[in-house]
Amino acid sequence: MPFMPVKFTLQKRVKLAQGVWMLYWLSVIVGIVIFSLGIFFKIELRKRSEMMDNNESHLVPNLLMLVGVLACGINAFGGKVCHDSLDPNKFSKWKPMLKMFLLLCCGFNVLLLLVALLCFLMQFAVYLTLAEGLKNGIKFYKDTDTPGRCFMKRTLDMTQIEFRCCGNNNFRDWFEVQWISNRYLDMSNDVVKDRVLSNVEGKYLMDSVPFSCCNPGSPRPCIQHHLTNNSAHYDYDHRTEELNIWVRGCREALFSYYSSMMNSIGALVILTISVDMAGLKYLCTALETMTDPENPESESEGWLLEKGVKETLADVLSKVKMMGKTNQVEEGQYVQSVVTQVFTDM
Amino acid sequence: MALMLVKFDLKKRVKLAQSVWFMYWFAVLAGVLVFSMGLFFKIELRKRSELMDNNESHFLPNLLIFMGLIACGINTFGGKVCYDSLDPTKFAKWKPMLKSFLVFCVVFNALLFVTALLCFLMRIPLQFTLAEGLRNGMKYYKDTDTPGRCYMKRTLDLMQMEFRCCGNDNYRDWFEIQWVSNRYLDFSAKEVKDRIGSNVDGQYLMDGVPFSCCNPSSPRPCIQLQMTNNSAHYSYDHYTEELNVWKRGCRYALLSYYGGMMNTIGALVILVIMLEIAVTVGMQYVNSSLSTLANPEDPESESEGWILEKTVKETFTDIMDKMKAMGKGGKVEEGGEAAVATVS
Repeated sequence: MPFMPVKFTLQKRVKLAQGVWMLYWLSVIVGIVIFSLGIFFKIELRKRSEMMDNNESHLVPNLLMLVGVLACGINAFGGKVCHDSLDPNKFSKWKPMLKMFLLLCCGFNVLLLLVALLCFLMQFAVYLTLAEGLKNGIKFYKDTDTPGRCFMKRTLDMTQIEFRCCGNNNFRDWFEVQWISNRYLDMSNDVVKDRVLSNVEGKYLMDSVPFSCCNPGSPRPCIQHHLTNNSAHYDYDHRTEELNIWVRGCREALFSYYSSMMNSIGALVILTISVDMAGLKYLCTALETMTDPENPESESEGWLLEKGVKETLADVLSKVKMMGKTNQVEEGQYVQSVVTQVFTDM
Repeated sequence: MALMLVKFDLKKRVKLAQSVWFMYWFAVLAGVLVFSMGLFFKIELRKRSELMDNNESHFLPNLLIFMGLIACGINTFGGKVCYDSLDPTKFAKWKPMLKSFLVFCVVFNALLFVTALLCFLMRIPLQFTLAEGLRNGMKYYKDTDTPGRCYMKRTLDLMQMEFRCCGNDNYRDWFEIQWVSNRYLDFSAKEVKDRIGSNVDGQYLMDGVPFSCCNPSSPRPCIQLQMTNNSAHYSYDHYTEELNVWKRGCRYALLSYYGGMMNTIGALVILVIMLEIAVTVGMQYVNSSLSTLANPEDPESESEGWILEKTVKETFTDIMDKMKAMGKGGKVEEGGEAAVATVS
């Protein structure tokens, strides 16, 4: 009992071939889209690799680019086969390759599924990398004279302005780090000396944040210094003040940005899988089972699998077992004959 | 003696019609492009209309949108006529309209040229609008509690951060206005009272700028307050300090942004004009080649195509004569009717 059989007349076969051909060209475009999404994701990771300690994994974008290119190639070939399927002469030269091609397509779909899964799972890795990278970024904010880190200040400022966030978890992260370089501290000043000496590690800590934490939507000019000292500013209560600086942490902001990007890419890849293969399988089986091979207008049947799902699985398993046994007993021509038997029976 | 005479046989005519049809489809796309550029320009002006005192002229983007729509319509019609020109029966119904259609195309091209010219010239009124609008914007920066102006601070801050500029001409413009609202000034403090007392208008002026003027590329944390007082900050000299705040004025930054946009749009409109001229000339050849068939019944006969039936001079004198005749015809008719009226 074939799996999901459908009866086909010539007209229906022609319609099916045309529809599947169009679907294949759509899939080529989707393949191009996946490739360009991979490039976009790679560029976005590269842009902010400083925030992630240059430690981020480029596995997902590289895989996406590879899969996009493969998808283009496979679907273009499938479209060509579909285009030729309406002419029995042309189709006869593709017929022997078709089973291999279908197997390749199945393998490719499994790969696509793996990539989609990675898109959803790699978000954890990105989260951890971001946490580590931002902590170091805040630590190196003041090192604008150290080679290799002189642009950390600029990068962090632009990130905080662009993503509307402050600090790692929140703005208090800035209170625990010295973010003013010693070059701009007047060490002869009593206030500065007191503050540095009262700190265990000799750091100049203060309850202030950089200017990039300021919220332009605040009705009053930005208060960056003496944030926890209510009496330092007129009519200011740091417990109730919400609009002065950004309250969100940069780790959360950057993570939500990257996770939404990866979720959309994963969803698109899953859509690609579902758009792919069923049509061509129907077409090939329909053409093979023509009751009268000489008359192109005869009726035929098309299906997804020749037997039911359970039977097909059992068949494949027994063939694999036999292949294993034959390998041990005899090699060479027996293996060859068994392999061809498996393919002709699919 | 026709202008740029070309001999046509059936094959050449078919090739001509096909290539002109192809070019018409490109011209439709060009019309869509002009329409979308007008729309984009309108949106950009709207986005920053607060900074221009809601006073900016939307004439140019509206004109571009209108021109884009007409271009689409004309070119679709021309493409249809070209497509039908290969079939004599279908072409016969378009033939009478074709001459007036071509005249309309020429007029449309002239209008497109005027539009391109405007794109390059509208920079000048924009400069004045921006100068006025920015000055008012800075004046109303502190009025975050006045309805209608409460978002001026946010707009101005976001604009200074996005365009990397400070003030109208430079950052010193902020020294001349009070940008801290009175609600956040402690009037019981001696320092505040002194400063207000010493000012003629009673304004609290200071040599400080808002945080949005800060340059993130500066190696040191931003110095926004007491900018002209070297002793207030360690190792600071405001004469030589260049990276601390943005040096460019916002009027210049916005003008170069909008000016660049208008220059690009003007250049694209000129390219569209060249395409339109090409399709108009092609259509004229199609029209003239199909009207001068040696044997009207035989579609495979030879014919001639031209841009103008006579030379430029003769065509010009013809048009002038026609216009004079039209004017005289009006006068004579009036005189004739008056004579008839007086007689009866």
